[in-house]
Amino acid sequence: MGFLTSWFRSAKPLLQLHSGSFSMDRTGRILATTLPSSFPRNLVQTIGHCVALTFDEAQNAQLPLNELIIHYPGLKITAREMRGGAIVFLSIPNATEPTHKTS
Amino acid sequence: MEIRHKVLLVDDDPDLLEVYRDTFAMLPSQPEIHTASSGARALAMLEKDGYRLIVSDLKMPKMDGLQLLSVVRRKYPELRTVVLTSLVDEQFRSRVYALGVDLYWHKPGSEQEMTQFLECMESLLGREYEGGFRGVQSKSLVDLVQLECISQSSAVLRITNGPFTGRIWVNNGEVVDAETEELRGEDAFQKILRWKAGNFEFLPAEPHRPRTIFKSYNALLLESAQAIDELDNANTSQFFPGQPFQSGSTGLTELAQTEGVEFVLKMVAETKIDSRGLENPERIASWTHHSINRFRALGENLQAGTLEQITGIGLQRNVAVAQKGGTNLCVGWKTDKDAAEIRDEMKKILTLWAS
Repeated sequence: MGFLTSWFRSAKPLLQLHSGSFSMDRTGRILATTLPSSFPRNLVQTIGHCVALTFDEAQNAQLPLNELIIHYPGLKITAREMRGGAIVFLSIPNATEPTHKTS
Repeated sequence: MEIRHKVLLVDDDPDLLEVYRDTFAMLPSQPEIHTASSGARALAMLEKDGYRLIVSDLKMPKMDGLQLLSVVRRKYPELRTVVLTSLVDEQFRSRVYALGVDLYWHKPGSEQEMTQFLECMESLLGREYEGGFRGVQSKSLVDLVQLECISQSSAVLRITNGPFTGRIWVNNGEVVDAETEELRGEDAFQKILRWKAGNFEFLPAEPHRPRTIFKSYNALLLESAQAIDELDNANTSQFFPGQPFQSGSTGLTELAQTEGVEFVLKMVAETKIDSRGLENPERIASWTHHSINRFRALGENLQAGTLEQITGIGLQRNVAVAQKGGTNLCVGWKTDKDAAEIRDEMKKILTLWAS
């Protein structure tokens, strides 16, 4: 079983998700963020862009929304519309918490 | 002839792949072993051939293990998935399990761990994926009830179907009571028998359970079968008031009648739309389609897993969007339901939809 030692090695790090928030204005410019600097800036922009586009398209579909919650197994994104811009919260679900209420 | 299952091993290190290959060759079932040195290569191989098990590392260049498994879980839900990694980080472990991966293994560090690992792999390769109800063995609910009644058994059958739970009490081979949600007796029994998948377990008998069902089990099962037939027929012929008749909308009417629901819209492709309670469904359909595609791509980009649900809160109405089996579903909710309630209700809607 000496070959087992070769199973351990270093490689490039995986994307670490973080809880935090950021705000952006109506032009999509990021105004402030509590996310760590290690979290890629372009991903923050992409999240903001997706959220802004979804708010806009909802408005055009006569379905005005002021809050969006997007659920993934590993992340929850909550976005609140703010005068054309938005404040966006990222939170990592705790694996030990129940995902839904039990009766 | 015994079937040799195919196993796909994914790692960017060719030396490790060789080690993996040797390791898996020790399995008693002697699976056919294939290797891929990248996520993209693995996806191409899965596209071409049917595999039973994929074992992937997490840290790989370009497409890493989380991204690969996220795609694999979505495209090949029946494929067994295992992560084999040296990463010791609770967040990644949680994220891997949140993706629906079967096993997360640290690379074995001793002979004992290696033996355990191989036993797990052998067990995963042998386990059958079956529809129906998963408990002691895979059976239909009708089979289960019949079996209990014919053998004159006494037991409580507890069935879970997503967020729903039901119980059927059998005493001395007679169905005496049933319960699910707010229903009791025959109504509950029929509701439970309409579930097509889930899990069951036998609980100890409750001989003093008050009897609410007095029909024979044969009559009950026959009535359930008729009720299911009638429901299927009704769903293809009923229409929502003010809406033109639209065929091929099995289940949509029932979903639209759920408490708190204002409208239901389903779409298989961007143009194949069916709805209840909407006068101009095209705009909502377009928003649904774009939103799902946008956030699904974002999820893969963030390695956060498969998109589960989008909930929108508005002043006039709330809305929830989800995808099930290639169909996009958008449900409009009254504003008195908050986001957490909508999330829970949508789970029930999706379970009903799947049934």
